[in-house]
Amino acid sequence: MTTKPLKQIHLAAHFPGVNNTTVWSDPAAGSHIDFDSFVHFARTAERAKFDFLFLAEGLRLREQGGRIYDLDVVGRPDTFTVLAALAAVTDRLGLTGTINSTFNEPYEVARQFASLDHLSDGRAAWNVVTSWDAFTGENFRRGGFLPREERYSRAKEFLATAHELFDSWDGGDILADAGSGTFLRDARAGAFAHKGPQFDIEGRFNVPRSPQGRPVVFQAGDSDEGREFAASDADAIFGRYGTLDEGRAFYADVKRRLAKYGRGQDELKILPAATFILGDTDAEAREAAHEVRRLQVSGQTAIKYLEHVWNRDLSGYDPDGPLPDIDPETGENTIALGRASVRQFRDPLETARQWRALAEAKNLSIRELVIATTSGQTFVGSAASVAEQIDTLVQADAADGFILVPHVTPGGLDTFADTVVPLLQERGVFRTDYEGTTLRDHLGLATPRAASGRRAEAS
Amino acid sequence: MPLSHSAPLHLAVSLDGAGRHPAAWREPGARPAELFTARYWAGLVAEAEAGLLDFVAFEDGLALQSSSPAGHDERTDRVRGRLDAVLTAARVAPLTRRIGLVGAVTATHTEPFHVSKAVATLDHVSRGRAGLQVQVSGLPYEERHFGRRPGPLAEEELYEEAVDHVEVVRRLWDSWEDDAEIRDVATGRFVDRDKLHYIDFEGRHFSVRGPSITPRPPQGQPVVSVRAADSSAYGLIAQSADIGHLVARDTAETRAAATAVRGLRASTGLAERPLHLFGELTVFLDESAAAAAERRGRLDEAAREPYDGDTSVFTGTAGQLADLLQERREAGLSGFLLRPAVIAHDLPAITRALVPELQRRDLFRRQYEADTLRGLLGLGRPANRYAADPLPAA
Repeated sequence: MTTKPLKQIHLAAHFPGVNNTTVWSDPAAGSHIDFDSFVHFARTAERAKFDFLFLAEGLRLREQGGRIYDLDVVGRPDTFTVLAALAAVTDRLGLTGTINSTFNEPYEVARQFASLDHLSDGRAAWNVVTSWDAFTGENFRRGGFLPREERYSRAKEFLATAHELFDSWDGGDILADAGSGTFLRDARAGAFAHKGPQFDIEGRFNVPRSPQGRPVVFQAGDSDEGREFAASDADAIFGRYGTLDEGRAFYADVKRRLAKYGRGQDELKILPAATFILGDTDAEAREAAHEVRRLQVSGQTAIKYLEHVWNRDLSGYDPDGPLPDIDPETGENTIALGRASVRQFRDPLETARQWRALAEAKNLSIRELVIATTSGQTFVGSAASVAEQIDTLVQADAADGFILVPHVTPGGLDTFADTVVPLLQERGVFRTDYEGTTLRDHLGLATPRAASGRRAEAS
Repeated sequence: MPLSHSAPLHLAVSLDGAGRHPAAWREPGARPAELFTARYWAGLVAEAEAGLLDFVAFEDGLALQSSSPAGHDERTDRVRGRLDAVLTAARVAPLTRRIGLVGAVTATHTEPFHVSKAVATLDHVSRGRAGLQVQVSGLPYEERHFGRRPGPLAEEELYEEAVDHVEVVRRLWDSWEDDAEIRDVATGRFVDRDKLHYIDFEGRHFSVRGPSITPRPPQGQPVVSVRAADSSAYGLIAQSADIGHLVARDTAETRAAATAVRGLRASTGLAERPLHLFGELTVFLDESAAAAAERRGRLDEAAREPYDGDTSVFTGTAGQLADLLQERREAGLSGFLLRPAVIAHDLPAITRALVPELQRRDLFRRQYEADTLRGLLGLGRPANRYAADPLPAA
């Protein structure tokens, strides 16, 4: 019998913030804005030899029932600016940020990523997301102009255009020979021309080729289109599934799509987000996990969450009482704006029916129902148990690694770094030191060549 | 702002590539192969901070540099390419403690929402040392990098749009009151949403709803500067800026420009808001005037054309430059933005020769007296325009 060689695990850290995982009321919770919090978090991740740090983005404060939603963390810094500053206080850690392809222009975003890659010596990564909502569009010149069905075509064309810009310099363009007075080897460095349904631009890109050639590209969507986009264009995908069977199905499905684009199995990493609770024993961890879930889902939060499905004001209901007997308002969801999660309820009447049945069968209050139906922590246990769970999932091809989402800022990663990482290292499945300098090195991705060459330019 | 004649001068440097002279990159110590690395910029800013300068301005643009306004010049003998200015400023922020960091941003092609949160974040990561140098671009070939409009706006419209852009940026900085984050565990509320404000800006070129996603920066309002290559920018300075950089070539021109800008400022109703006017000069500094002139000649020869620049050019010694700055100051300036002709040579000449000379004349600080850029510039922390009960401005 031949045994498969052990897969090396990839680990990353998601900076906590605007989501329903972060417990800001924890006495240990610090600022989500002060740079010190980012420094602490990034240094912990780098001390633990993580592949990268990840920053999410949201371009409008979330609202519910016509008012700014105030129960979760509100506010965040600018993604690019924080990542550039973090490059100064870390040496090897990858720096990944979400940047929207709807409310930006390729020329500007490409030069920001190329700049970040230069300023970090090759550690930049871009989580490409799309959006179409007019709500967010109210903050931008472009407005909410994009029909929903066009969001992936815009994202694909945006990314392709950015790649043309990155590739417009070939890496050997700067000679900088003082003696002969030749700075550029080729007078046409940076020349590009792109004409498509979304963008019609041409000229000269003004950032020379960066250490990674192109930033590492992440994709997060779970729809069929999103998976296809990942298979054709991304270096890594944020999987959604942290359990063995769902994870393996997702993993197999996405990897299967690669061949069609002439890509190898290792050219796309599957990295689900994962929450975790550690304890001295499994029992202690389970107890702590339950407590954290109750902090994440307060009575008020439970009502607000239920409103996402019911699409109406439920503020009169008691979170410790039974589910509403009225039906959800069908049609466009208007109660909660500025968040992606409400779109997962594609059939609210059916969701409400299932939840009522579940609540009745188990005698659950609104709050208990929400705790039961929203995702619990991915990994709960002692350090040894969690190391075992992570390793098992990766070796069984349910994932290539995980993006850990702590619930406390900025120290929520410390215990994991100190206790779980050494156990993974002992197992021989996680690096004991960085072997390369760039994020592509950490993820085992090749550095792309500027294959396409310069395009003919009109001027 | 009332100008006291004994008041110290403010001094900043503008950094771009290897320096303003087109042949600067060929000079000894210029490190042209390192222009796109963090260590190059970190080294320059450390030098500027050691010289106690008020701030460093990082130049930028959304097109490849060209010696021709008509299009790309296809030259291979000059520095081409730039890193994003705000990101470069952010990259050096954690490595410095006192010096201001001002990034150039082109209002014409950028989203004010993104610019506002980027500069607010630069202010957070630098703990109150951020600034923004607003510029416009009417270059047709730069417009083609965005393809948003069939052609560039007319100059007047470019500046009108920039006024709107800065207005949005500033309103967004104020869209969170300082104490909006309350973390009230008892009620479960993270923010007091009555202290978050829609800005509801509607202008000719765009409308923006707000609030920002980023809390109010440490300085409240980071510093906004505008360079006036000619009088078309005076309106933008008058309406939007904390610092105007005037490129006047002599004292009489300086006086005329300063008078014109201050007159416009008064007519906008902002006469009470402090406004610094800085003179902008490209400098060749050496131990003797002859050496400076000789070096300038040698650089011109390498560039195969005389450097004339688009601003005053000074060639001489630190003492002579100090004399000139004193003379220009009398024309209504409170500081200077110096552009080193050759960064490798003229930046250390500024920090190690000019600064001590000005200190001897009691015209420049001997240590940093504040830890924010507004503080260094003597600007108070402004009250929030949306706060119901604003604290009086310092």
